[in-house]
Amino acid sequence: MGANLLSNYGEVVAMILFGIGFSTLLLHKNLIKKIIGLNIMDTAVYLFLAAKGYITGRVAPIVVDGVQSVEAYINPVPSGLVLTGIVVSVSVSALMLSLTIRLYRRYHTLDLDEISTRLKKEGL
Amino acid sequence: MQFVQNLPFICIILSLFSGTVSSVLKEKAAKYVNLFVVSAIMLMSMFVLGYTLSTGTSYTYMMGHFPAPWGNEIRVGVLEAFMATFFCVIMLLSLLGGRKKLHQEVEITKHNLYYILTNLLLSSLLALVYTNDLFTAYVFVEINTISACGLIMIRQNGRTIEAAVRYMIMSLLGSGLLLLGICMLYDITGHLLMGNIQEAVAMLVAQNQYHIPLLVTIALMCVGLAIKSALFPFHSWLPDAYGYSTVSSAAMLSSLVSKGYIFLLFKLIYRVFGFEIFCQSKIINVLFVFGIMGMIFGSLSAIKENDIRRMISFSSVAQIGYIYMGIGLGTAAGIEASVFHVLSHAATKSLLFIAAIGLTDVSDGSRKFQDITGAAYRHKVAGITFTVGSLSMVGIPVFSGFISKMLFADAAVLNEGKMLPTLIALAISTILNAIYFMKTVIRIYTPIKTDYDIITFKKEPLYAVTCICFIALNVFLGINSVPILEFIQKGLAMFV
Repeated sequence: MGANLLSNYGEVVAMILFGIGFSTLLLHKNLIKKIIGLNIMDTAVYLFLAAKGYITGRVAPIVVDGVQSVEAYINPVPSGLVLTGIVVSVSVSALMLSLTIRLYRRYHTLDLDEISTRLKKEGL
Repeated sequence: MQFVQNLPFICIILSLFSGTVSSVLKEKAAKYVNLFVVSAIMLMSMFVLGYTLSTGTSYTYMMGHFPAPWGNEIRVGVLEAFMATFFCVIMLLSLLGGRKKLHQEVEITKHNLYYILTNLLLSSLLALVYTNDLFTAYVFVEINTISACGLIMIRQNGRTIEAAVRYMIMSLLGSGLLLLGICMLYDITGHLLMGNIQEAVAMLVAQNQYHIPLLVTIALMCVGLAIKSALFPFHSWLPDAYGYSTVSSAAMLSSLVSKGYIFLLFKLIYRVFGFEIFCQSKIINVLFVFGIMGMIFGSLSAIKENDIRRMISFSSVAQIGYIYMGIGLGTAAGIEASVFHVLSHAATKSLLFIAAIGLTDVSDGSRKFQDITGAAYRHKVAGITFTVGSLSMVGIPVFSGFISKMLFADAAVLNEGKMLPTLIALAISTILNAIYFMKTVIRIYTPIKTDYDIITFKKEPLYAVTCICFIALNVFLGINSVPILEFIQKGLAMFV
């Protein structure tokens, strides 16, 4: 398994980044850091997917001088999936950031636990 | 190819289109467009249901000019059409029941935004129900998440924004895990269409290749969907989100949003991995254990609550635990019981939320139990509705909750290993449900002298009619359960 880990270093780095992003999203109290963690987590999945699409010795699937044989290009499907994923990630980041702005305008803090305590005191 | 076969596609596109159009419409126009679209989709889904029942098989429908696997496709059968119709009915009743509160709690200029969100929610539910492609499922899961977040925070107070943030965080954790599982599955099978993936997975298992990656993929996707549908340890976002949002949002969130993800899980079990392979992996036992713990801890937390809407939300945690317990039993009977409970819970939980808002309206807007005392005498319709909902939750015959519990017990008896924990958990959670629901019913029927207003049938006819429809739906599911079970069984047989 050690040799596989070294030759698939793209996937390994992607998994490490996923772990970093996941734990940042879950454990940090600062909202901006949570959003950064979310972005790191999503980017890690895209790295994983892009690494899976790559085939050594072949080029990107862009047609130059007519279509070469099938064996000349890498797998184009994962790139399409990554594009879809990037759109999703941008939308949810924008949504989370707008929620953060609203919370900050109301409570003047970015700390989620502090906001919860203040809400309990407000007694809504 | 008959015209009726085009209807599912038309439903999805119609709801997406009306969502987009609502952004430029004024409040009244958006409201009527939304009502029209939901009713139209309900009717179209009924036609599709009739068609699939008459032919007896499911069919695949090509989206666009290219056949699969180059193009996308959706697959329509009895279960999918039935679920689509049912979701439309629940959404219609939830919107009608919560309309007055929507006018009170949300600014009039933001109403068209609310209808955008409900239309997007409907389109994502329909797509999740009909899709035959794994990545389309992921995209619509995300649309579902975003519209659910919008539904929570359409009512602007501090609680809802914090609830929306917590909901987004947990939901995105689940989405990340789901996406990672889908990518790994694509990597080991090379396909994104559910039928092709199933053949590839069967081949991999037969040749005993990629055993650990397959197990990890199943685990990632199941845990991702479990986080999103608020299974036991991951339910921390649920009470805030359901408890403080406006009431039609709460009804829609509790009945529809989590059910979409659970339906996707059914699809994964039946169409992507195959039932035997899924049952052989030990993830079933993990779901079973979490389901049972959810049943018990959800009910225990509900007993401690002093706020009626948070109590109903914790009851939702328990009911989601029932559904996962049914999946965790690992038999076809267990899955049938879970599907029936999806229907029963969707009908009952939205009923409870709509009834609870009627009770709080006659208690000067307060949700605490000491203020709600005697509310059933001030608002008779809401009192009766809440009683019906509580009896259904506890499991009294005539109502749908009784049929669910009976089905779960039947399924448990067929499975020797897990019979005893299931029956014990069912018994304990029924007692706990009875404790907090019956306590509330007794409290709202305690006569007491107060100065709060009284609301009669004539004052809010739309609300009363909605409550009556909800009660009728519940009793219909409870009394008419045998044909519905046949639908479910036929649908699951076609589902594979």
